[in-house]
Amino acid sequence: MARLPGLGPRSARRAVLHLMAKRGMLLMPLAEAMAEVARTARDCLNCGNIGTADICPICADEARANGLLCVVEDVADLWAMERSGVFKGRYHVLGGTLSALDGVGPDDLRIPQLARRIEAEAISEIILALGATIDGQTTAHYIADQLEGRVALSSLAQGVPVGGELDYLDDGTITAALNARKRM
Amino acid sequence: MDWRDTGILLSARPHAETSAILEVFTPAHGRHMGVLRGGASRKQAANLQPGTQLDLTWRARLEDHIGAFTVEPQRSRAAVVLADRLALAGMNAVIALLRFCLPEREPHPALYRRSEALLDLMGQGELWPLAYLRWELALLEEMGFGLDLTACAVTGATEGLVYVSPRTGRAVTAEGAGEYADRLLPLPPVLRGEDPESDADIARALGTTGWFLEHRMAQALRDKALPAARAAYVDRLMRLAHPSPRPE
Repeated sequence: MARLPGLGPRSARRAVLHLMAKRGMLLMPLAEAMAEVARTARDCLNCGNIGTADICPICADEARANGLLCVVEDVADLWAMERSGVFKGRYHVLGGTLSALDGVGPDDLRIPQLARRIEAEAISEIILALGATIDGQTTAHYIADQLEGRVALSSLAQGVPVGGELDYLDDGTITAALNARKRM
Repeated sequence: MDWRDTGILLSARPHAETSAILEVFTPAHGRHMGVLRGGASRKQAANLQPGTQLDLTWRARLEDHIGAFTVEPQRSRAAVVLADRLALAGMNAVIALLRFCLPEREPHPALYRRSEALLDLMGQGELWPLAYLRWELALLEEMGFGLDLTACAVTGATEGLVYVSPRTGRAVTAEGAGEYADRLLPLPPVLRGEDPESDADIARALGTTGWFLEHRMAQALRDKALPAARAAYVDRLMRLAHPSPRPE
């Protein structure tokens, strides 16, 4: 337990003692659920999301085949987009970003699969929802280079977060927000 | 041991759960590494993008320890270049080359000043690709592989220089080259200080500096391939100079 992210030896010990104290209510159901996940969870062959079948529920849902495809870095980002409930299209999980530092090149990401999906699923627009980081945007520009002319490409806006006050924002965010200002 | 300096952030990689190992380029202490406690936090993420100008304090018990940094961001450069493909590729190339060729803890104040000025130019106007070319020449010189393009190595002539000797890095005229012309590298006028007519001129000149970076500096330093980020930048510049027609 202490090897899990976010848990040190002390908190892991507390969690284990809590599970042991509530063996029937917590430990057994958790153990069964984890065994079930270990047995059935797999990457979606189409988009790279995690599901319990070869094709995840999002890819299997015909209502989401609206020609929009959102490219995200990893499954956590996909779940974040889904939490918002705004996006009604399909996803493509790259599995990381290009990084010279970590030796991640285009062949290590699911970019060829993305290119194949454009025709196969009649994609009309690809939304590049990658992080506002050097690696994230380098990846976005690389993908845009590869797909330019084949499909409409867009990316998420960068700027002031909801509830954000300018006084508390870093200068980089303010610069990005100013560069992406819109007419009212 | 401790010091305070300004510096350009070259990389930040996670260390354990909450910390990061920073690699910075400073004027007085060269390329230097250190641990930043709490550097993995989301709050710090915007400040720890490569290219950010930082105010740094480094402390360690002994000089040869990796030590710990405390940092204060001075200015972010990422936000300026994120939306500009060429500037982003240029910044990646500068940072990758600095990481690749600079020895650790060896000050290079002149190269630092040029690097800082170049990074500040990126994304602001169209002059910086030429500044990048001059920066590569300065990098070669600082690393001991400088080109001498003032006079012909064979005839001593200062006019009509059209080649560079790959062996000596010296300029050569057409008549000085004679039958060896096909073994020499081209010397684009922009490398001799003339203004480029287009980005294609700069890209051609980067082909010549790239040869020395790859076959002289990279081999002498580590015998490894140059960082892919440089090739990506040159490729981007070539694309801008010669845009390919879009498929129907």
